[in-house]
Amino acid sequence: MNLSHHLDDATLLALASGTIAHAHGIVAASHVALCPACAKALRNAEAIGGGLLAEGELEPVSDMARAATLASLDGVAPAQRKPVRKSELPAALDHALGGLNLDQIKWKKKAPGVALFDVPMPKGSTSALKLLSIGPGRVMPEHGHGGEELTMVLKGSYTDHMGTFGPGDVADLDDTVEHTPVADSGETCICLVAVEAPTRFKSVWARLFQPFVGI
Amino acid sequence: MPQLQLYQSLMPKLDRDTVLAEKLAQALSRVAQFRDREAFATLFDHFAPRIKYFLMRKGSNAEQAEDLVQEAMIAIWSKAALYSPEKGSVATWAFTVARNLRIDRLRRERAQLYETLEDFDAEDETPSAHESLARAQEDTAVSRALAQIPEEQRQLLILSYVDDVPQSEIAQRLKIPLGTVKSRMRLGYQRLRKILEQIS
Repeated sequence: MNLSHHLDDATLLALASGTIAHAHGIVAASHVALCPACAKALRNAEAIGGGLLAEGELEPVSDMARAATLASLDGVAPAQRKPVRKSELPAALDHALGGLNLDQIKWKKKAPGVALFDVPMPKGSTSALKLLSIGPGRVMPEHGHGGEELTMVLKGSYTDHMGTFGPGDVADLDDTVEHTPVADSGETCICLVAVEAPTRFKSVWARLFQPFVGI
Repeated sequence: MPQLQLYQSLMPKLDRDTVLAEKLAQALSRVAQFRDREAFATLFDHFAPRIKYFLMRKGSNAEQAEDLVQEAMIAIWSKAALYSPEKGSVATWAFTVARNLRIDRLRRERAQLYETLEDFDAEDETPSAHESLARAQEDTAVSRALAQIPEEQRQLLILSYVDDVPQSEIAQRLKIPLGTVKSRMRLGYQRLRKILEQIS
């Protein structure tokens, strides 16, 4: 797939180190699954972990734990490669949706041409994941971001001042960016959007939808 | 073999580290092909104390860390045949195995985020001698590069990778803007990436 908008290096580092918020991690992993360049960059970022582990200090492991591990090996079967998946969606998103595909989503209408679905997150997540459906020709109001927002297009496309975003492209934005996306391809644009948890940034969705629904 | 040890002690540290990385790669390959327990013991003795140190830095107590170390080492035994040099050095792969296990324990429900990252690697490619050597040199090259980047960049990478602190929290702790945290981390990473691209 020929993608033109990629993950920020800082996002790759957060994914590689394991410190990324869960929702943002799902969007980032979904992009990586479609983008060989970011997959390679992720491997390079993971090498930092390998280098730090290789050089790192040692914490002695008890003889008991060693013996127990060695004794349990016979009962452990070799892991098998996973079968090729049938889903049209990237594996990380497919998992998060529990196997639902996009046609099975129960959308909540928020305004004419605009609908939303909350993807369930594990308890205690500090981030939220949404599917956003924007009808053809619909314009999102200009909005800044309360906190870090990571968006990937799943279907259709939208255009803002940074260019046109098609399937697989990501907009990796911090709270300094303002933009006015337009779903401009003549078909509905479906995006996957990770935001920081509403408890931390109450205003994000309020700001995003205020002009449509007045929340 | 005293002669070998003498030879190794005369070698520059870089080469010795590369010899070690090759030994670990061979051990992993013997586990993959022959379920070789002695080779696994070599991997255990090398990686288990390192993984335990990492886990304790991330806030596990000794008992939790030891449980997770055992799980991680058993995962290495079970997944040995799925390793390919495409995934990076053996140490990088061990790092990702431990990272994935730990995060899946933390997040439980439906959360196998990192497992999905294991799915898309090239399959069963027979590594060229060049590629295997490049991988063996990788850890050393990364460690050397980490020692060379400015302290303010290294500190942030260690807070992320070893101490498990999210970027926004690093910004709060160090009282610097999040944008500065990110730009310092990017700079450190770009330096490392250049070095990695040179050897591969």
